[in-house]
Amino acid sequence: MDMGAILSILDATLRLSTPLLLACLAGLYSERAGVFDIGLEGKMLAAAFGAAAVAAVTGSAWLGLLAGIGVSVATAALQGAAAISLKGNQLIAGVAINMLAAGLCTFLGQQWFRQGGRTPALGPNGRFGTIDLPFANEVAGVPILGPIYSELISGHYILVYVAFLMVPITAYVLYRTRFGLRLRAVGENPKAVDTAGISVVALRYQAVIVTGVLCGLAGAYFSIAQGSGFGNNMTAGKGFIALAALIFAKWKPVPAMFTCLLFGFLDALQIRLQGARLFDVEIPVQAIQALPYVLTVILLAGFIGKAVGPKAGGVAYTKER
Amino acid sequence: MSALRPLPRWADLALLPVLNLLLAVLVSGLVVLMIGQNPLTAIWAIITGAFGNGYNIGYTLYYATNFVFTGLAVALAAHGGLFNIGGNGQAYVAGLGVILVALALQDTHWLIVAPAALVAAAVFGGAWAFIPGYLQAKRGSHVVITTIMFNFIAAALMIYMLNRVLKPAGVSGPESAMIAETGRMPKIGSFFAPFNYTPVNLSIFIALLALVGVYFLIWRTKFGYALRAMGQNPTAARYAGISNSKMIIITMTLSGALAGMVAFNEVLGVQNRLVLDFVADAGFVGIAVALMGRNHPIGIGLAALLFGALYQGGNELQYVISGLDRTVVVIIQALVILFTGAMEGLFRPGLQRTFMLFSPEQKAEAVSRETVGKES
Repeated sequence: MDMGAILSILDATLRLSTPLLLACLAGLYSERAGVFDIGLEGKMLAAAFGAAAVAAVTGSAWLGLLAGIGVSVATAALQGAAAISLKGNQLIAGVAINMLAAGLCTFLGQQWFRQGGRTPALGPNGRFGTIDLPFANEVAGVPILGPIYSELISGHYILVYVAFLMVPITAYVLYRTRFGLRLRAVGENPKAVDTAGISVVALRYQAVIVTGVLCGLAGAYFSIAQGSGFGNNMTAGKGFIALAALIFAKWKPVPAMFTCLLFGFLDALQIRLQGARLFDVEIPVQAIQALPYVLTVILLAGFIGKAVGPKAGGVAYTKER
Repeated sequence: MSALRPLPRWADLALLPVLNLLLAVLVSGLVVLMIGQNPLTAIWAIITGAFGNGYNIGYTLYYATNFVFTGLAVALAAHGGLFNIGGNGQAYVAGLGVILVALALQDTHWLIVAPAALVAAAVFGGAWAFIPGYLQAKRGSHVVITTIMFNFIAAALMIYMLNRVLKPAGVSGPESAMIAETGRMPKIGSFFAPFNYTPVNLSIFIALLALVGVYFLIWRTKFGYALRAMGQNPTAARYAGISNSKMIIITMTLSGALAGMVAFNEVLGVQNRLVLDFVADAGFVGIAVALMGRNHPIGIGLAALLFGALYQGGNELQYVISGLDRTVVVIIQALVILFTGAMEGLFRPGLQRTFMLFSPEQKAEAVSRETVGKES
């Protein structure tokens, strides 16, 4: 494999890991606050649809992005209402959200646009273009570092940079701010937080809203950056890979980035390896596709370190009376 | 403790699910209204599409057969405090067992093929749930996450098997060879004319047996007692000498075996070959069915029939009202899960207040019930 091939795989890795990373960080906020979220997939799908629909109608990618975030936050708020206020089963709420998003997106898409659930293809203004970083062309000639900068780092959608920027921001918020401290505390020991006079419910809602915003970005990335329009089930289980990544990263932001890069790399490799052979045996593409899930199960089984989630996760908080 | 008293049993078991269903239908109706169609016409189209004639009923029963199996799978695990979200994967992998056995024995007789395939479906489906169960019991891996992962692993595995192993020469699509006529599960239509040309087959009797069997298992056996004890309070169950880890493993395996029966119905009775995605999310419908049916076989039977009707009626919807199709049913189903499973708090407190307000006898009964302890 030459430099060009390696760069193109890594380039694809960045592109494919972006939605995973955004969704993974999204899940991190709500799960760290003690609200399990298996509805990442649904929120992303809803956001992808909202973004594409509004971008198609208005012709503006930015309005599309806003709409995507709006839809995702609204979905997150509904899920939050079930899981936090009504003290319902958080897992079942997630399942319902996924199913509701899948049904509503297909249904409304078909009703509004009459293209079998797809939204109309977006023009150049309706979707995000790629950004060339400064001096990308000038340094392209520099050996090794030049191509890495101009081909790998430069020339991505703005959401790719946002996603990777969110990693240090999330780490800072989580470990260096009062909000982050409270967020972690509410996921580990909500009673202590309550005793300190801080509202558990309000904190959890804030976390769930942040989750909504980030899922909105992830969903919009699918339909108005990477793709140009919404297609049925276009998130294709990525929300669950993001969930797997979150567990794999043990609910920490920087490991989350590396895990998403790994899973994105596997995805890129899988596309590249169609029909490739190893020791004269064709590598089944499905084996690589299943690898993120298999790795997560192995991790969960405690064979490569132990993944222990936030202690108060999955349980709605009830004040004692 | 809250001042509210528990609901009388009938309200808990029947009124609440019906209210939740009505709310789900109402919200879906609003969605239909929003796009300028008449929801009442849609509801009537679904009802006639599901029960209008023998053909419709045959299809409704065929869907209901699948949903009984997945509903029971979810419910059985739920009684032990486990959430088996992997019915899809378990049923999918069970298809492998069914087709292998059926193709090996196809030239004998269906009376030989069927029991063997039944065992194969149970073994393959059960094995696919055994691993998450084992990991939960012995390694503490959360069964919800592992069963989700196993759904995706199953999908990858089955695509591989269909494309590379089971696909006979000369077939272009990812599907197995057809099972010979002699080895197929007879359709009910072959001896009961109104169900002609519908996929409902003898598997439906196995679904009925499963309903009765699960009832006995949960409420009439030592195992069932241990299961419910673990589901109510694992710590107490452990002090009572119940091995929780053994129970988790057995329960998950049984749950997977039940989900595997979907493959028996689909592969041996309907498709007569293994096709891609034959499970069609029946595993997720099972969650709605179990929630709606309050994890009780009678409720599950009724809820499976309801969802079978919704699916079949939804299929017919597109011929009656242009532009409406089964996605409406997916929305109703999602809302049922949301309202019955995650938003119980929506109706329950209000209902409890209402009951306390209007009937002092109910109140007295409720108080005595609470002091005696929760019965299930």
